[in-house]
Amino acid sequence: MKIDKNTINKIARLSRIKLDDKESEDYIKDLNSILDWVEQLNEVNTENVEPLSNISSSILPKREDVSNDTNSSEEILENAPDKLEGFFAVPKVVE
Amino acid sequence: MPKSSLKQTLKDLDTKKISIRELNQDYLKRIKENENLNVFIHFSEDNVLKQIDNLENDNSAKKLKGIPIAIKDLFCTKSMPTTAASKILENFNPTYESFVTQKLLDEGSIFVGKTNLDEFAMGSATNTSFFGNTVNPLSKENEPLAPGGSSGGSAAAVAADLCLGATGTDTGGSIRQPASFCGVVGIKPTYGLCSRWGIAAFASSLDQAGIFSHNVEDASILLQSIAGFDQRDSTSAKVDIPNYFENLDDDLNGKTVGIPKEYSIDGTPMEISEIWEDAIKVLEKKGVKIKNISLPHTKYALPTYYIIAPAEASSNLARYDGVKYGFRSEEIDSLDEMYENTRAQGFGREVKRRILIGTYVLSAGYYDAYYLKAQKVRKLIADDFNKAFKECDFIVTPTAPSAAFPLNEKQNDPIKMYLNDVFTVPASLAGLPGISIPFGKDKNNLPLGIQILGKHFDEQQVFNAAVSLERSYE
Repeated sequence: MKIDKNTINKIARLSRIKLDDKESEDYIKDLNSILDWVEQLNEVNTENVEPLSNISSSILPKREDVSNDTNSSEEILENAPDKLEGFFAVPKVVE
Repeated sequence: MPKSSLKQTLKDLDTKKISIRELNQDYLKRIKENENLNVFIHFSEDNVLKQIDNLENDNSAKKLKGIPIAIKDLFCTKSMPTTAASKILENFNPTYESFVTQKLLDEGSIFVGKTNLDEFAMGSATNTSFFGNTVNPLSKENEPLAPGGSSGGSAAAVAADLCLGATGTDTGGSIRQPASFCGVVGIKPTYGLCSRWGIAAFASSLDQAGIFSHNVEDASILLQSIAGFDQRDSTSAKVDIPNYFENLDDDLNGKTVGIPKEYSIDGTPMEISEIWEDAIKVLEKKGVKIKNISLPHTKYALPTYYIIAPAEASSNLARYDGVKYGFRSEEIDSLDEMYENTRAQGFGREVKRRILIGTYVLSAGYYDAYYLKAQKVRKLIADDFNKAFKECDFIVTPTAPSAAFPLNEKQNDPIKMYLNDVFTVPASLAGLPGISIPFGKDKNNLPLGIQILGKHFDEQQVFNAAVSLERSYE
């Protein structure tokens, strides 16, 4: 079994998703069955094969280095769950 | 009542046979009559009426002036909320317009509403939406059917004639599979043809916008409207966009179609093999040369996809943290608590599953074994197609391994659900254009779909083959 209780806790922590015990158990089962299934890729010989990260054949375009001002902070903050004096507000980080 | 086509409606508007207001009121009426299908996450009659008012006062000529279009709720729209069918974006009002929807607005189209989808486009039945299932309009009374997914709302909107076209996005089959389930046309163009700017990202190296419509001609008109280069999407392609509609040519004489033997999969229903054979016979009669081809890595496409897509999703969805926009949990004793509770309560089960898988395959010690391996197999899959397209002009396969399945069919096994994408995922990994057109019915009289794949940026050939098959079938 690739995913045990410790691993799922570690991944959940990395993903910043709190899981309860029932969820952890379900995901341990799901993830193990998915990982077993994807393991069939090991049958494929990929020696000397370049990884394909992006299908787009075009070279990344460069744009002119000019400043633009399309977003106002007011607009950006419009959807913020909490804001304070023109900033996003979050729970206190420093004691 | 026969469904009117976009092409015919444009003529009727032009000759004043019908006004923009009359046309849209007709659609509004049907939308209200079909609320039980749960096609829309956001629909506001007032908003539609306002758009009609604005267009009536607008004397400029516009290509899609007054045409009712439904928008998948993954595209950011200034005039309507955008949720990605997730609780985490339940109250999100974009302050900007996506590239694709801006193009449609510039052409004068009317947005009738934002359509339902699987949460963050992750699913194949529109059943992972925070806002409930969409029902396939072709369902029998006692047996509601799934519309497919993830763009199930858009496919159903076209099938129920609630609009003349709809936008969708396709990452592994999310346009083509629901098009097949709902009996409409759905095209996913080449990766890079339409800018992804303003589309909530799922898997950035695979996501691509596309179109649902009643027929191939309409799809060719609408795709041209949403295609184009955009410097805000670094993978957007600088290619000339032909006038697909003007160039439509159903004469396929002398062309070669590739039939990949690997798409004959054990357990595929007889009816699906039969419509595939029927399509090949039709093409043969039209003077198309039939070429048996091999795409040897086809069977590895699904596992490859289910490493790459969750990996990219886990990264893309990191932005939903309860700070900048969207839902924030009430339990926020510390910053970390806020993140963890917000994401625990804001995301649904399938989305969390994919974030967890993606985080695992990208984590230290596992990256090479899973993610890098999948990217290498992806290269082999893309090479298979490149080789095949040296011998043929387009490829024909079934779209999905089944017709629409019942909504309440238990989908507890994720892998079984993922198999819905078996015929659509390979072309997604290779970035190729693909269309699904209705072609034949199963024993329950449900539509089945044929998929046509083309070379990169050869949407014209895809449309030509599609229109030719469509006309022979009608």
